[in-house]
Amino acid sequence: MEGPLPPTPSLKGRGSSGALLPLPLRAWTAKRTKVGGSGRCFPRTHATPWLMLTPALSAAAIIVLLPVLDTLWMSIHDVILYRPRVRPFIGLANYAWAVADPVFWESLWHSLVWVVAAVSLQFTLGFIAALLLNRSFAWRAVARALIVVPWALPSVIIGLIWTWMLDFNLGVLNEIGVRLGLLSASVPWLAQSSTAMAGVILAIVWQGFPFFAVTLLAGLQAIPGELYEAASIDGAGAFGKFRHITLPGLAGVMATALLLRMIWVANSLDLILVMTGGGPGTATQTLPLHAFLTAWSGGNYGHGAALSVLLTLLLLGVVVAYVWRNRA
Amino acid sequence: MKPSRVTTQRRLMRLLGTELPVAVILAFALLPWVWMMLSSIRPDAELTHSPIALIPSRLTLIHHIELLRRTNFIWNLRDSLVVASGAVALGLSLALPAAYAFSRFRFRGRGALRTGFLVINMFPVVMLILPLFVLMRELGLLDTYVALIAGHATFTLPFAIWLLTSYLDGIPQELDQAAMIDGATRLQALRLVVLPLALPGVVAVGIYLFITSWNEYLFALMLAGRNVRTVTVALQLFIGENQIQWGLLMAGGALVALPATILFLFAQRRLVGGLTGGAVKG
Repeated sequence: MEGPLPPTPSLKGRGSSGALLPLPLRAWTAKRTKVGGSGRCFPRTHATPWLMLTPALSAAAIIVLLPVLDTLWMSIHDVILYRPRVRPFIGLANYAWAVADPVFWESLWHSLVWVVAAVSLQFTLGFIAALLLNRSFAWRAVARALIVVPWALPSVIIGLIWTWMLDFNLGVLNEIGVRLGLLSASVPWLAQSSTAMAGVILAIVWQGFPFFAVTLLAGLQAIPGELYEAASIDGAGAFGKFRHITLPGLAGVMATALLLRMIWVANSLDLILVMTGGGPGTATQTLPLHAFLTAWSGGNYGHGAALSVLLTLLLLGVVVAYVWRNRA
Repeated sequence: MKPSRVTTQRRLMRLLGTELPVAVILAFALLPWVWMMLSSIRPDAELTHSPIALIPSRLTLIHHIELLRRTNFIWNLRDSLVVASGAVALGLSLALPAAYAFSRFRFRGRGALRTGFLVINMFPVVMLILPLFVLMRELGLLDTYVALIAGHATFTLPFAIWLLTSYLDGIPQELDQAAMIDGATRLQALRLVVLPLALPGVVAVGIYLFITSWNEYLFALMLAGRNVRTVTVALQLFIGENQIQWGLLMAGGALVALPATILFLFAQRRLVGGLTGGAVKG
């Protein structure tokens, strides 16, 4: 859900985390295409639009706004699963607990590694793919269509596929690695602390790079070809064109796609939950997973709520930047 | 005719500089998917033997048959289908009027509201899931279709509204005006004039809603899981059982992934186009 769509792309959000689709590119598109710009309004009574928005607004209020307020409330009360009736106000004690716990700082560090590594690798691979798919060759249409396949899959299945391929005994990647001489022996990728994070990052890179490929490809196609022709006439080389036409032309799309993806990856926990459950030990436990496990396995809603709020606050800067770029 | 040296050279350049790298990236994108499909149709003996052979010696549907016969997976598929279809219906009925309002009216608060919807899926799911769990329990909706449908439909609203608004913007509003001058009410104009024209876009958004709901895990785990158990939750529970049966798991994965993949490929063009603004030409 969060999933999935991609911004440009097509969907996908993730949801999951992915949602599939993101909403990106909107400011950028609006500027360029002017679909339905100003001036196409019906000057009418003011009640009608609000009436039409009521169902969507009510749903958002109940499913999103109310829970957000509730989480804020829980984060300053002592809420324990097994003791639902007694929920005393305790001020910032949950927050104090959270930051005093070394696991919090460890999870924060893991989150940072997870977001930076995953997003930069997804971006790099996606950008290369977009540049290549923008050139012409015979089977380009097929390649453009098929590159999105990883994006269409649920996190659970992505976790399943990569757990299977990284398996110590039966994993095909170990088998290939050993046969090619890249590995001297099978590696228990997800079962040892030193490699588990690399394993889950590999899986999310696979899931997310098509998003960048499709988004950036759409951005490339929107750059007018005359610019390149003019540059050629002026004697610009391939690098010059890339540096002075492609990069500036793509900057807006890149920024939107990166911000959106950072938010998704930072919030996502299902892939890690499926692949390692945060382990071994706490080797792959990121902040949202820490919040989730504290609330559910630990039964301490107050602590879990405080951790969720902290995560939201940490992401606030990115969210504000994204919303600012996409404001209607 | 012999191709000139220059053409041959250019062709070689394209092969090495473009087609080969594209093939490598495509292999990275597709091979894990292919490996899952392949693993689901090879005999158990091959899946439990290390080192694993890359090429299967023979193919079999035994895992698929066993999965549907011996486990409740067929009911999980039904639950996922009901939830995803419900999410499409509810999601579209919430998003369509909202998108129409954004597309056809200029009113105070419009900009702020559109931005407000964007923020919906910026919140960490983990922040919403605890209170939603409590809320659904109090309403007696825990472990029902309603809980999942409401959750999925709402969480996909931002994208659905945004995409539908851009489709509707592409339909000239002179058309609804003409219909209304001819005596249609606004709702009739929406239903009889705008909707048929927007249908391809509506279908694409519907497919997006379906896939997102079909693929979703965390809501499905927390707000349901016992009576209503979707395929993602069921698959994850298979992994949890002490002896992992990779054949069954891969068969389940293949059955879930196939519809999502096909629908996605089908709707991809329009969704991408919609997001980049050029979709609604015809």
